[in-house]
Amino acid sequence: MDKGKGSECLSPFSKHAHSQRGKEAGMGNSEYIIEMLNITKEFPGIKANDNVTLQLKKGEIHALLGENGAGKSTLMSILFGLYQPTSGIIKKNGKEVKINNPNDANALNIGMVHQHFKLVECFSVLDNIILGIEPTKGLFLSKKGAREKVTALSDKYGLKVNPDALVSDITVGMQQRTEILKMLYRDNEILIFDEPTAVLTPQEIDELMKIMKNLANEGKSILFITHKLNEIMAISDRCTILRKGKCIGTVNIKDTTKEELSRMMVGRNVSFKVDKKPANVKETVLKVENMTVPSKVHKNNAVKNVSFEVHRGEIVCIAGIDGNGQTELVHALTGLEKISSGAVWFDGADISKASIRERSKSGMSHIPEDRHKHGLVLDYTLEQNMVLQRYWESDFQKAGFIKQGAVREYAERLIEQYDVRSGQGPVTIARSMSGGNQQKAIIAREIDKNPDLLVAVQPTRGLDVGAIEYIHKQLVAQRDKGKAVLLVSLELDEVMDVSDRILVMYEGELVGELDPEKTTVEELGLYMAGAKRTTA
Amino acid sequence: MKNKKSRLNLSSGVTSVAASLICIVIGLLVGLVILYGINSENALDGFSRIIKGGFYLMPKGIGTVLSQTAPLIMTGLSVAFAFKTGLFNIGAAGQYTLGALGALYFALVLHMPWYVCLLAAMLFGAVWGAIPGIFKAYFNVNEVITAIMFNWIGLYAVNEIIYRGALGNMYDLKTTKTYSLRNVSPQSVIPDLGMNQLFKTKSTTIAIFIAIAAAIIIYVIINKTTFGYELKACGHNKEAARYAGINEKRNIVLSMTIAGALSGIGAGLYYLSGVAEWNPQVSTALPAMGFNGIPVALLALSNPIGVIFAALFVSHITVGGGYLPTKYFQPEIADVIIAVIIYLCAFVMLFKGVVVNAVSGRKKKKAENDPTDNGADGKEADA
Repeated sequence: MDKGKGSECLSPFSKHAHSQRGKEAGMGNSEYIIEMLNITKEFPGIKANDNVTLQLKKGEIHALLGENGAGKSTLMSILFGLYQPTSGIIKKNGKEVKINNPNDANALNIGMVHQHFKLVECFSVLDNIILGIEPTKGLFLSKKGAREKVTALSDKYGLKVNPDALVSDITVGMQQRTEILKMLYRDNEILIFDEPTAVLTPQEIDELMKIMKNLANEGKSILFITHKLNEIMAISDRCTILRKGKCIGTVNIKDTTKEELSRMMVGRNVSFKVDKKPANVKETVLKVENMTVPSKVHKNNAVKNVSFEVHRGEIVCIAGIDGNGQTELVHALTGLEKISSGAVWFDGADISKASIRERSKSGMSHIPEDRHKHGLVLDYTLEQNMVLQRYWESDFQKAGFIKQGAVREYAERLIEQYDVRSGQGPVTIARSMSGGNQQKAIIAREIDKNPDLLVAVQPTRGLDVGAIEYIHKQLVAQRDKGKAVLLVSLELDEVMDVSDRILVMYEGELVGELDPEKTTVEELGLYMAGAKRTTA
Repeated sequence: MKNKKSRLNLSSGVTSVAASLICIVIGLLVGLVILYGINSENALDGFSRIIKGGFYLMPKGIGTVLSQTAPLIMTGLSVAFAFKTGLFNIGAAGQYTLGALGALYFALVLHMPWYVCLLAAMLFGAVWGAIPGIFKAYFNVNEVITAIMFNWIGLYAVNEIIYRGALGNMYDLKTTKTYSLRNVSPQSVIPDLGMNQLFKTKSTTIAIFIAIAAAIIIYVIINKTTFGYELKACGHNKEAARYAGINEKRNIVLSMTIAGALSGIGAGLYYLSGVAEWNPQVSTALPAMGFNGIPVALLALSNPIGVIFAALFVSHITVGGGYLPTKYFQPEIADVIIAVIIYLCAFVMLFKGVVVNAVSGRKKKKAENDPTDNGADGKEADA
């Protein structure tokens, strides 16, 4: 497994290399390049990391797996110098080091690709790479050497980028490669990837996997944070699992299975396959005809002449890469945005111009994409949020006065029924709840309205497998009750497992309709990337 | 005074009251230091006059405090109410000015009874408040800009309407002010139920009770009704309110209209007290009563019940400032103290946040919550 040992990679441009690196490489007799030993990090009232040990071998790809809030981000933030551990030590090449800030981490050749890229949009790729360590001649930039180094690195590791393209013009995958080049340019030896595949297409994910393997083969050591077990199984050498801040163990990937990993992560058995009977498709609930929605960010239309139907008893999934018009499509369906042409029919009535409240009243529920922006009033209590869509109903108000008792009772029932966990029950401020429980609260609220159509946009985003399993079950239960579900998802597994019918959206258009039983992830990916289309 | 405040205001949270009290104490200490800086010999005397406020000259002082508190409660409510909807009503002064016009016109020209005049003041203020609301809701023009412009438009328009080249029918050439209400239209003066006799003043009326009643009504609207629920939802998170089908544009207009109405009533309470006249030639500055609503609302952390006590306190030390020996000190020292108190409010709210976090942290209420995952949601700044 220890393929990196002895093949310490030295950049061909050693003039940029940190002088101290050479020394360290020389005394590198420890098996591990980075060791985080017995790390404990306490925040007021909570131990985010509790005696966690993580040892990274040279040249390995080491996955860090855990649920939301398991302490992965905290641990990586400690390694990157953003937090100081309450106790525990960090060693590099067997020698104890202090990492007080990201600059220290940089000096130790630790680099990180953040989940949300840290790039300057209006700068070129090259400018982004050299930002912070710009080579200068006198008072002026001298980019020639930098350009050569970037080109050499990009050839060596197969990181295809155009150094002169503006970051705002390039694809997400290319932006990620720019981030990787940023680390390589700084001669980083330890590369941290924070959920790097979340934003990529399947093809881009394959590409990234190759790049990561390449990097490891060249002697770089990689820490790979993820929720996705398939990716861990595909490329990692070892995996450390965290649960509730504690280290559950480190396993060799070749000796383990996906099921075992998930058991270690969640603490119980999790079924990956969504358990569902074949769909019993009935009459049409939602009919969209030639709908066009203008974009708020650019002059073109975000949704172009889209037509489709959703029936009772089926889960229709709109698949696509983020930003291809899904958000606008959903906003137009739920009334948050106006359509410029076309029509929306709901239960046989034209609701193209209906208000949000009218649509909600007529039986449409909406689990919004952004739970903080739309889904919750974060400064309201949980119970106030639970009635956000129905406080005006006669059950909850009389002559304009809110029936406090009825609201409390209702909230308590939902909390009980949907297992929404919070500090103080109904009176907990929504802001203080964990993301998973915030999402559960929204799902409880929207499903309990007993809607004819449930529009669920990325309902499992950022959640761990346990919560995902729960939410998928709820969606399927709605379907089995004869309700229609329109699911918008960026997660391919979710698209394939949960849906009965897939509509692929690309640049505002529906480019294909697929049957999840008959298609493959690869084919889906081609549609999502715009390489293939069936509908005119 | 302070004990009374902390005892009665527990509902809005002990910490909030404590925060405001800490501000007040520190503000007063800073005021003391300033007094020492100006004149160390008379500093303690001056300071005690400010602290005693209305109690310095019994019982007249108390009457004065009460009569000044009433309009201040109204403008404080006006600002606080708009804050709840996420709006900054800096236009309370303009709405107050229009309210004054409404009250005076209905009293001096139409000779209406006081409650009709008060309603007129409310209506005039409401219209002036609605305008920035409409601009904000339908044209996305920041309410602060519109409100500031309408403050000045209102002021000079009112001056002109009253003066009309000295020919205005409310304008008394002899006094160069509007006619004295008690002489021209005694039925338009708000009844005092013997309070003037009690306090040996001319200005103490039942206005203070009207203002307190208004505060209680606003409290109920904000906390107990669906309308208040909608307004607060808009204030906290406009997008989520929209998602919930709340008509946030309508709510913005309504919120500003009600805020304007409250300021208008404030002006009515002041100008219908029987001793206040409008001087169109001297009034080139916006009425301070309108702007003082802002510190009152801040000090009360926008709690309507808190506004009552904050307004009482501000009037109290303002009146106290008036009793400073002018030989050594300017009465504006009281304003300096109020300014320091408001300034500190921002810090103490920060401090309060830290304390609350620490306390709730110790209770392990957020046990499953990974701080790093939630670190991104910065608290929205509260105006």
